[in-house]
Amino acid sequence: MAKLVAGVATSHVPAIGAAIDLGKTEEPYWKPLFQGYELSKKWIAEQKPDVIILVYNDHASAFSLELIPTFALGCAAEFPPADEGWGPRKVPVVKGHPELAWHIAQSVILDEFDLTIVNNMAVDHGLTVPLSLLFGQPSEWPCQVIPLAVNVVQYPPPTGNRCYNLGKAIRRAVDSFDPDLKVMIFGTGGMSHQLQGPRAGLINRAFDTAFLDNLTKDPRKLSQMPHIDYVREAGSEGIELVMWLIMRGALDEKVREVYRFYHVPASNTAVGHIILENEA
Amino acid sequence: MKSEPNPFDDIPGTTLFDAQRSRQGYHLNMFCMSLMKADNREAFKADEAAYLQKFPMTAEQRDAVLKREWNRLISLGGNIYFLAKLFSTDGKSFQHVAAIMTGSTQEDYARMMINGGRSPEGNRSKKDWENRG
Repeated sequence: MAKLVAGVATSHVPAIGAAIDLGKTEEPYWKPLFQGYELSKKWIAEQKPDVIILVYNDHASAFSLELIPTFALGCAAEFPPADEGWGPRKVPVVKGHPELAWHIAQSVILDEFDLTIVNNMAVDHGLTVPLSLLFGQPSEWPCQVIPLAVNVVQYPPPTGNRCYNLGKAIRRAVDSFDPDLKVMIFGTGGMSHQLQGPRAGLINRAFDTAFLDNLTKDPRKLSQMPHIDYVREAGSEGIELVMWLIMRGALDEKVREVYRFYHVPASNTAVGHIILENEA
Repeated sequence: MKSEPNPFDDIPGTTLFDAQRSRQGYHLNMFCMSLMKADNREAFKADEAAYLQKFPMTAEQRDAVLKREWNRLISLGGNIYFLAKLFSTDGKSFQHVAAIMTGSTQEDYARMMINGGRSPEGNRSKKDWENRG
């Protein structure tokens, strides 16, 4: 049977991808950030997941205003890196897992989560930066990836509660998949940041710390937080954090916090990262 | 039916990209989206005003694009992730544009970020901004 073993959350700032691609990771500005992922890289190299369900948001790359799916699940065999306006990142093509992806789609739709099935989708920095942070610069990604794109650009994004419950539905789907697979789920985006308007640059360390604490200990409480609290406290783009609740919902009620890292700034953003393992 | 006041309107210096803004900014944002293609970027750079005529935007939106007035573009329905296609075409970064939108120099803005960013204290409500004098 497929087994969901762990969840990872991480920010997906585009400037981090650029720093990796341009060989700037040893520069004083970036070094402390990349050091914060050293332990995680070792951890995941030991864990060797077969498949990662990667929850992220598209930043007007694959989806524009023509089509705005709230939840879009990538069921294709592969996903090319998107050209975000300056040429695609020079990272490997992302290989999907169509069999598990279709199983998840079928399972969660019958479980009343009406997500969109996508067979042709380029993936932007939201998906590729977390892979680069955890796997470095391999010639091929070491596992298959199922992209789950969540709308957080057009208000309203799904509620935290909806995300948390979708995570639970994804877990039920993984648990009912026959082949032996080691599965992980990533929640990406956040933490506090605001990219627009006179309040740009907002960072809220206290909010982020409490979010990380509750992600481990009391995700149910976190799932009840209204959108206004995210925007007011964590900035207009801090609302991306609802995506972390999909990851958390897919894990056991009780989890072991393996690792946590927090760093300000990466460009305009507070970088947060946490690794949670199911106990069993 | 009387509509309730929108609580998001109380957050200072922040524009929510909601249904109304999305409708208002549709063609502006789709113009930005067109700059994802290299050929379109070249055509835009060659004659910005002529290129903008291809999109049924308002005269005000076109003017704000030509002047790169970022806060005005946001108030006219622009979304930051779409506007990013425009400033990327100019070779500018998110941090460069964020600094401009806050009325700061890029250097001062970058320093603020290195020092932990803009505090939420005094930046939660429009009342906070009115009282700061």
